[in-house]
Amino acid sequence: MKVKVRLFATLREDRGKEVEVEGKAGMTGKGLIDQMEISEEDVAIFLINGKDGKLEDPIQDGDVISIFPPVGGG
Amino acid sequence: MYGYTGKILRINLSTGDVKTEALDKELAKLYIGGRGLAEKMFSNEVDAKVDALSPENKLFIATGPLSGTPTPTGGRYMAITKSPLTGTIASSNSGGRWGAELKFAGFDMIILEGKAEKPVYINIVDDKVEIKDAAHLWGKMTSETTKMLLEAEGEKAKVLNIGPGGEKLSKIAAIMNDYDRAAGRSGVGAVMGSKNLKAITVKGSSKPEIADKDKLKEVVKRSNAKIRENGVTGTGLPTYGTAVLVNIINESGVYPTNNFQMSTFSGADETSGETLAEKFLIKNTGCFGCPIACGRHCKVDEGIESGGPEYETLWGFSADCGVNDLGSVIKANYWCNEVGLDTISASATLAAAMELYQKGYIKDDELDGLSLEFGNAEAVIEWTKRMGLREGLGDKMAEGSYRMADMYGHPELSMSVKKQELPAYDPRAIQGQGLAYATSNRGGCHVRAYLISPEILAMPEKLDRFDVAGKPEWVKIFQDLTASIDSSGLCLFTSFAMTADDYADMISAATGFDYDAGSLLQAGERIWNMEKMFNMAAGIGQDQDTLPPRLLNEEIADGPSKGEKSRLGEMLPAYYEVRGWDAQGAPSQAKLDELSIK
Repeated sequence: MKVKVRLFATLREDRGKEVEVEGKAGMTGKGLIDQMEISEEDVAIFLINGKDGKLEDPIQDGDVISIFPPVGGG
Repeated sequence: MYGYTGKILRINLSTGDVKTEALDKELAKLYIGGRGLAEKMFSNEVDAKVDALSPENKLFIATGPLSGTPTPTGGRYMAITKSPLTGTIASSNSGGRWGAELKFAGFDMIILEGKAEKPVYINIVDDKVEIKDAAHLWGKMTSETTKMLLEAEGEKAKVLNIGPGGEKLSKIAAIMNDYDRAAGRSGVGAVMGSKNLKAITVKGSSKPEIADKDKLKEVVKRSNAKIRENGVTGTGLPTYGTAVLVNIINESGVYPTNNFQMSTFSGADETSGETLAEKFLIKNTGCFGCPIACGRHCKVDEGIESGGPEYETLWGFSADCGVNDLGSVIKANYWCNEVGLDTISASATLAAAMELYQKGYIKDDELDGLSLEFGNAEAVIEWTKRMGLREGLGDKMAEGSYRMADMYGHPELSMSVKKQELPAYDPRAIQGQGLAYATSNRGGCHVRAYLISPEILAMPEKLDRFDVAGKPEWVKIFQDLTASIDSSGLCLFTSFAMTADDYADMISAATGFDYDAGSLLQAGERIWNMEKMFNMAAGIGQDQDTLPPRLLNEEIADGPSKGEKSRLGEMLPAYYEVRGWDAQGAPSQAKLDELSIK
C-alpha cells in the first residue's frame, strides 16, 4: 500500500516536504516513522487525514499523514 | 518594595500636573501587578460607563513585578483602559524593551488622565518628567517618530508611540514601542490619541530590588533550562517564529480563509513559517531578557525591512484575505505597523470588507480602482495604509469590522466577539477555543485562554478538539493562569515550558510575597472576576458571550474538519457554573467574597 507523508518544520531537514511511502498492509504509525527513520520523540503531532492519530493506529492505503515536531506560537 | 519599584507616576494632561504616588502593597498582593493591579485601580477610579474616547477615560501603562528583573522574558508592559472597540475593560500586552526601561526609571506604572490641549509627548529620565510639544511629530509614521525622538532624547531612550491610526481615533489603533512591538488589541492607541499624546520616551538608571536574590537565581536557572529543553520554546519558536503554526492549523482544517468562508488555504505552505525562514528572514530578534527570541526580522524588495510578521498577522493578511504571496504580507504588516493599527483587527476588517464586496454590498464606486476581490495583494497593502489614514473607504474600515459591516446592514459578516476581530483559528472544530473566544473579557482573542495548546498542539496533554466534555473546566484554568502570567510581567510563551509552580516561585522570590500554585491561580481567578464585574457595570451582558452566527449555524465547508460547527450552547451554562456564576453569567456574592473582591 502507498501513503502520502507530509513533513513540517525541522522534520523536513534531509527528508523534504512530502514523500510517498510504500508499506506493508497492517503497518502502524510507529512502523511508518521507523521506516522513515524519524525518532518517536521528534513526533509531537501525528495527523491521519487531518484528524488526531496515534502511533499505534493502523495506516490504510491512500491515507495522508502529517507529522509535526513540537510547535507552538500564537 | 521588592520586585515593584513602589512608585506610580500620575500625569494629568489637561492641567499638566505630574505626581508620584506610592503603590498600594496590599492591593498588589491580591492583583499581582500589570494587567490585574492596573485594571483593579482603573475600575476603582473610572466610571465603567465612561465614553472611551473622552478625557474622562484614563490610560494606565503598567508593568508587572517581574518586568525589568533578571527573569526570562521580563520586559513586558500592558496598556489598560476602557476599550473604544469593545466597550469592555482592555489590557493590551507588549514586549520589546520599553516596559523594563520604565522600571529602570523607577516606576511601576503611569496613569494618564485628561486631554492635552495640543499634541504632546512625555519624556521620562529617571524621576525627571517633562511634557513636551509634539506638533512636529503629529501625522508622522511610527518608525519616523521613533527615529526623531531617539535623535532628540538620546539613543538610549526607549520609545512608545502611536501612528496616524491612533491620532485619527481608529478603534483598532495600536500603541507601538521599540519600532515594531505592539500593544495591539482593543484600540488602546485611539485612547492615547484622544488625549493628544503622541509618545512616551523613557530612560532609567536603577534596577528593581529583589527580595531573595539566591532563590530567584535558582528558579530562573531551573526555568531557563526548561525553556531551552522544551521543543517549542527551545527549537520551534527560535527557528521558525510563531508562523510555524500555519501548517499545523491548516492541516487540521481550522485555518480560516476568505473571512471564515473556508477553513483550509491552498497557499498555506507557500506562506508558512518554514517558507518565511527560507526566503525572507534576515535575523531572529528577542525582547528584553528573552531566551526564546521568536521575533522575526524580514526583508522584501522596495527597501521594506521590518519586524514580523507574527503568525496571526501572517494569517490575517494572507489566508483570511485569500492572498497567496508572502512578500505582500510582509509589506502589509510593515504598513500596518507604520500607521499604528492592530494587525489582527486590520487584516480581519479587510477580509470582512472583501466579503461585503463579494456579496455586492460594497460597490466599485467606493474603491478608487483598488478592487477588494479576495486575493488582491496590492489592495490589501494599499487599503491597510488608507485604513490608518482614514482615506476613502478606509474611514469606515478604521472603525473595525463590526461597525463597518453594520454600516452596510450586515454586521453578521464581521467575524468578531464583542466587536473585536477573531484571530487565526476556526473554533467550529476546536470546541474549547470557541468557548474561550465567547467568554473572553476583552472580546475576540486567543491570548485570554489559548486552548489551541491542548486541543491542537498536545500540550500539556492532548484533548479531543471535537468534544465539548471538560472544556469549561479547561477554559477556566487557562483564563486564570493566563491572567496571573500577564500580571507578573512575563511573556505567555514561557507557559509552553514553565508551570504554575515556577511562576509562583519566581514572583515570590522577586516580591517577597508568598505565592504557591494555588494562590497564584486564585489571584488569576480574582482578576478574571474583577474584569467581568467591570464589563457588567459597562453594560456588557450575557448576550455578548457568543460567537458570530456563521460559526454557530454554518458547518465548516471544506477540509478535514468539514461538517463541524461550534457547540457553544452546550458549554456556556456549564462554564458559568464552573465559575460560580449565575445562569446569566454574573458572579455570585459568595464568589466575590471568596475572592476578596471589593
